[in-house]
Amino acid sequence: MSKVTIEGMSYHYGALAAVDDIALTIKDGEFFALLGPSGSGKTTLLRLIAGFLTPECGRLIIGDKEMQHVPVYARDIGFVFQNYALFPHLTVEQNIAFGLESRGMPRSEARKRVADVLALVQLIGLERRRPAQLSGGQQQRVALARAIVTEPRVLLLDEPLGALDRKLRAEMQIELRQLQKRLGTTTIFVTHDQEEAMTLADRMAVLRAGKIAQIDAPMHAYEYPQSRFVADFLGVANTFTGTVSALENGCVVLTTAAGDPISACSDQSFTIGQALAIMVRPERVILQKGSDARERVNTLNGYVSYISRTGASLLIHVTVEGYPPLTIFEQNGQRDGELHEGENVALTWLPEHARVLPAESET
Amino acid sequence: MKHLLRNTARVYIVLALGFIYVPLLIMMLNAFNQSRINQFPLVFDLVWFQKLAQNQRLIRATVNSLSIAAFTSVLATICATFAALVLARQQFRGKAFLQALLLPPMTIPWIILAVALLLTFFWLGISRSIVTLLLGHVTVQIPFAIIVISARLAATDRTLEDAAASLGSRPARTFRTITLPLMLPGVLAALIFTFAVSFDNFPISYFLAPAGVSTLPVEIYTAIRTGFTPEVNAISTLVFIVSAACALVGGREISFGVRSA
Repeated sequence: MSKVTIEGMSYHYGALAAVDDIALTIKDGEFFALLGPSGSGKTTLLRLIAGFLTPECGRLIIGDKEMQHVPVYARDIGFVFQNYALFPHLTVEQNIAFGLESRGMPRSEARKRVADVLALVQLIGLERRRPAQLSGGQQQRVALARAIVTEPRVLLLDEPLGALDRKLRAEMQIELRQLQKRLGTTTIFVTHDQEEAMTLADRMAVLRAGKIAQIDAPMHAYEYPQSRFVADFLGVANTFTGTVSALENGCVVLTTAAGDPISACSDQSFTIGQALAIMVRPERVILQKGSDARERVNTLNGYVSYISRTGASLLIHVTVEGYPPLTIFEQNGQRDGELHEGENVALTWLPEHARVLPAESET
Repeated sequence: MKHLLRNTARVYIVLALGFIYVPLLIMMLNAFNQSRINQFPLVFDLVWFQKLAQNQRLIRATVNSLSIAAFTSVLATICATFAALVLARQQFRGKAFLQALLLPPMTIPWIILAVALLLTFFWLGISRSIVTLLLGHVTVQIPFAIIVISARLAATDRTLEDAAASLGSRPARTFRTITLPLMLPGVLAALIFTFAVSFDNFPISYFLAPAGVSTLPVEIYTAIRTGFTPEVNAISTLVFIVSAACALVGGREISFGVRSA
């Protein structure tokens, strides 16, 4: 069993708290993402788990063994580096066999294991090549093969696909996900790319300034962010701030500074007059041509300021007086007739599709 | 315009290299010239090489120089390897200051270092001996060796050592299988450079060698002062060929120790 537990762990670079009193449990066999913007401490946390850094305080338990004072080489981990860190003077085969030799595995058995893993990552035929003679994608596979061939208790990946181009990256994401499920190795990976975290992870921790902002399943975090930071980091968020003017049937109505009633459902309790924010995702907003004269909840009139077409979908930017620009997502070919920039439009959404968030803004 | 610039650059480099190589060529031609006073036209003759073969002083001095260079370059390179590893891998107070101190010994004239060393040995009551001679050579070699090896270590990705550790390799094995093989070109470069530094060195040998021990540069200097013979051309030609071969082989392998891994 290779559950990973982190308790009260901190690490500073000078006065800066890179990891600030973090507690986290990763389940056995889980594919877990550490997601955050640069400087959020995600790589530092991974390096603390690996043992490249020693925490100032806190405990690290892998399986049922306390690890914070165990040297890297005795932790039984696999680590894939952002730049792969393949040994340039060794062949592909020698690179992969390195960890087996460290463990004193007999040569004949090591050869068999190397051959098996080469087949697994589809690198057969490249055994005698040196890292410099491989493409980026091949190097990535060698790095992965080298890390998994020893069947480590925990696999740690530091932005493993960061150096690949977009298309290859998407392919490798699928492969990585399938491979992880097949091996069942507890895997922790660092990324700043929320789409990658969503594609790969069973659960993720969103980090901000050395602290955990939210731990959740990716889609749940996307649908139910607990803060404006998480809402913004995981995708586009249309956010409205105001004070609570009514509470009815599990829904909250805010009145914004511009005087519009904005509503969202929540099972939390609030009080009249409280400052809050309401967030709605771009794909939840319904856009209609023309303007809507009825003064209903969640109805705003504005005009199209910009349309960004990416092929399969459109991102429509709408300006509504008194609010920051809003973004609406639509499938291509969904509506009859073209939508034009400058056109008047009415926006609306259901209260159950919007989320109530604390009013604090970004810092 | 671009064309002109490129041609000018080419002519410039040819002239600069010519300035270095033409005198060497003249010297080498005269090693094969029958004339005692280096007179042209050249009359091909191996007489000076034959004389050289009988000149026990020059031969002994050459053997001395080669032995001293071989011994001290190995010693200096071993010391410098450890020093460079410590400088590259350990953090300690005053490290930057120590690294800065490595550069002046390469720009301070060797004659000043030689006098300073002689003075120090005198103060310590140590008379000139083979040991003082060797110590003097190692002293001037070490900064060169440290800098060449450090450049190589700096160009080596440190995450490779982390990678080895993550694969279960203990530090000693990591050093043997990863660090050492990757720094080896730098170590070889240091060996070649320090060998050349020792072999060329006149002032250190002149001041620190015990009576009766002479090196090739000292012997050539003496020979020129007491009356030039073309045997010096002959021995210089041999030395040039060996040095140039070393530099070409070494240079290919190392490019000043900074070739990427």
